[in-house]
Amino acid sequence: MTTSTDQLLTVGALAVDYRTGRQWTPAVRGVSLTVRAGEFVSLVGESGSGKTTLIQGALGLLPDAARITGGSIAYADVDVTGWNDRKMALVRGNYVGFVPQDPNTSLNPVKRIGTQVLEAVRFNRPRNDATAYREAALESLRTAGLTDAERVFHQYPHELSGGMKQRALIAIALAGQPRIIVADEPTSALDVTVQKRILDHLAGLRERLGIGILLVTHDLGVALERSDRILVMQSGEIVEEGPVAQVLAGATSDYTRRLLDAAPSRHAGRLQPRLPVRPAGPAGGPVLRADGLTRTYRLHGGRQLRALDDAGLIVRPGTTHAIVGESGAGKSTLAGILAGFHRPDTGTVHAGDHEITALGRKQLRDVRRDLQFVFQNPFTSLDPRFTVRRLIEEPLKAFGLPTGDRVGELLRAVALDEAFADRRPGQLSGGQRQRVAIARALALNPRIIVLDEAVSALDVSVQAQILQLLVDLQAERGLSYVFVTHDLGVVRLVADDVTVMKDGRVVETGPVGTVFREPAHDYTRQLLAAVPGAGLTPAGQV
Amino acid sequence: MLRYVTLKVGRALFVVWAAFTVTFVLLFVLPANPVDLLFDPAEINSIPAEVRERVAENYGFNKPVILQYLDRLGHALTGDFGNSVQSGRPVVTAITDVLPSTLVLAAAALVLAVLIAFGIALVATATRRPWLRDLVEAWPSGAVSVPVFLSGILMLQIFSFRLGWFPSFGDDGWRSLILPLVTLAVPVAGPIAQLLVRSFRTEFAAGYVTTSWAKGATRSGIIVRDVFRNAALPALTIAGVTFGNLIAGSVITETVFARKGIGRMTQTAINTLDVPLVAGIVVLVAATFALINLIVDLICPVLDPRLRAALTAGAPA
Repeated sequence: MTTSTDQLLTVGALAVDYRTGRQWTPAVRGVSLTVRAGEFVSLVGESGSGKTTLIQGALGLLPDAARITGGSIAYADVDVTGWNDRKMALVRGNYVGFVPQDPNTSLNPVKRIGTQVLEAVRFNRPRNDATAYREAALESLRTAGLTDAERVFHQYPHELSGGMKQRALIAIALAGQPRIIVADEPTSALDVTVQKRILDHLAGLRERLGIGILLVTHDLGVALERSDRILVMQSGEIVEEGPVAQVLAGATSDYTRRLLDAAPSRHAGRLQPRLPVRPAGPAGGPVLRADGLTRTYRLHGGRQLRALDDAGLIVRPGTTHAIVGESGAGKSTLAGILAGFHRPDTGTVHAGDHEITALGRKQLRDVRRDLQFVFQNPFTSLDPRFTVRRLIEEPLKAFGLPTGDRVGELLRAVALDEAFADRRPGQLSGGQRQRVAIARALALNPRIIVLDEAVSALDVSVQAQILQLLVDLQAERGLSYVFVTHDLGVVRLVADDVTVMKDGRVVETGPVGTVFREPAHDYTRQLLAAVPGAGLTPAGQV
Repeated sequence: MLRYVTLKVGRALFVVWAAFTVTFVLLFVLPANPVDLLFDPAEINSIPAEVRERVAENYGFNKPVILQYLDRLGHALTGDFGNSVQSGRPVVTAITDVLPSTLVLAAAALVLAVLIAFGIALVATATRRPWLRDLVEAWPSGAVSVPVFLSGILMLQIFSFRLGWFPSFGDDGWRSLILPLVTLAVPVAGPIAQLLVRSFRTEFAAGYVTTSWAKGATRSGIIVRDVFRNAALPALTIAGVTFGNLIAGSVITETVFARKGIGRMTQTAINTLDVPLVAGIVVLVAATFALINLIVDLICPVLDPRLRAALTAGAPA
């Protein structure tokens, strides 16, 4: 059926090495893949799997520290292996379009969108007049889903939202009328509802223009939902390849099965602790209660932004209360106020009997023993010069408490070997760092931990481990969590109650089961529908 | 937008005023007796008291300090800085006589320094040869570490005395400008080049550069169309600040090459304790410095649309 000209991109046994110091370390080890006309292929892998290196190699965009050591790359029938920049420039844009990862940094900030699209048109459709170029650029913007193309044409990147920027980048990729589009995590930096629209659009383009699409993603849910075929990559090798139905029905590699199991969207209910649940204490009042919180930020030039508008929530003892919403919803502002980092303009927060919004600096410090915080990014929230021991001891020392064997005990609690105590953050992986951050939060035996996007920066399999750890610790110690996240799949896994926020307001709140099964608010329904892989049935085996 | 301009102009005026006031305090108030400064230290004891009094009255030194200050400020505002003690000519005339010569030197040196710096940054970014990049990048720190008087003398030795290509001193014609110009520009180019090399490298690794590669742009096209403008913005600010260094550097350069100019005049004025002249020069240099930085501040929003947006957002709609 398929002739060789039908194959838009053929990568054959490609091997790429990275220079680390004086050695060369393989990043891609003999990977082969093909993309045919009208086909949507997804390349799935976690960070460090070599998926980005692979497509950089295919586009000839490898950094200086990398070199191709073997294999071949062909577009249609043309073998481009070893082509220099000048020759590859004829292929890029013209035959293959590229949609980069982060729309916020991928457009030139000092040039109008129109100019940037025009360039892409000019490079790839030589010998034409200015009006024809302009018309083609506008057409490209419209094809990318920017209906108000005339206006966007004259705007600068900073005047557009993230989703519109990504559409502008898709317009740039389409401007050269390529046969295939390669998209590297095109929606990872975007909100889930925006992600859905962008992916819908990409899928639509494939049908309308008959182009091939190669999507690189870490999100198995996205891949399963959109693709015809899936390739799973691990440690520089393809470990699984096949049509979606086949992968879903019977993944052949262990790694794929683990990924499938770890994907939050594929779990029906809450994670169960692996330990016996500690008998619940006396069911007292809420451990944390916030009422009528407002917070206004003054922006440059006298404008005001209402980050929080009459927001509140109640955290029951020994439970997890999730706060969900898209960027700008006010989640982090709320978390900061709950933890006593910031003061609200109006409203109160009660932690047990203390009204923390009314406490002075000194008293607030005492309340902090009960109220700890875990930050989003484990790569920046740990001082790189401290050892793990010093990091975990710090809260104890701050309150003048004896350290004793607490460090070893806490490391065991977060399932890290005691040998880690003398390492520094630079020697740890992302998941290990977040475990250290959790151990640090546990050091003072708090009753409440506020976790601000604590698993968002982690790979899905690591994320699953950390979530399990949190559930276990909760069962063991009767902890209450405030869990801020943008990922509704994660909410389903760990939360008892959920508060949905939009534009600083609480849209809906209630038990997770009720809110997810019968969302009362339109916005909640939109969010739930946008979760990738939401409609897929779990695999037969588990 | 209007607020931004007002703010920046106000800051520039403040700098000049502050320079005037500090100079006044240092030169006229702090020393024991300003009259003493007006005479040659060797003859100071032989001057009769009545002469001193007359001089003090002439200069207004017998009035309260605050009145002296306001009087001088008033005159300065109308462009009158008094007379040079040495030559007796008005300070303003003395300065405007030599000013063009220094301005030509400093401005040309700044242009040359910026050209050198951009040249280095462009070569370092554009080259595909690591050894060439390393070589070019090592140059700025070398240039910074050679003092002006040393490089000036070396250049005189080689190009003037040995090769005889350029005159060794004086200021007639463009040929006499070359050696001082290069001497002055090289150390100033160093820091600008260092900054540019770094910002070119950062910008060349930016996300939008990848987008341009993917569009089908070539290496040179990307550097010219995308990297250049983004990377040049920080250099503009530093170039403005550097202009002050150039005026200071001209003291040495003009001395080494025996050119007339503000630098040499400053040196003479200080040696001979010509207080009104020093005061006039300080205020003039401060004014030049403030003006250049004002221009830089006003150009930045023109080049960076993000800055422009932040400013227009501040204006009443």
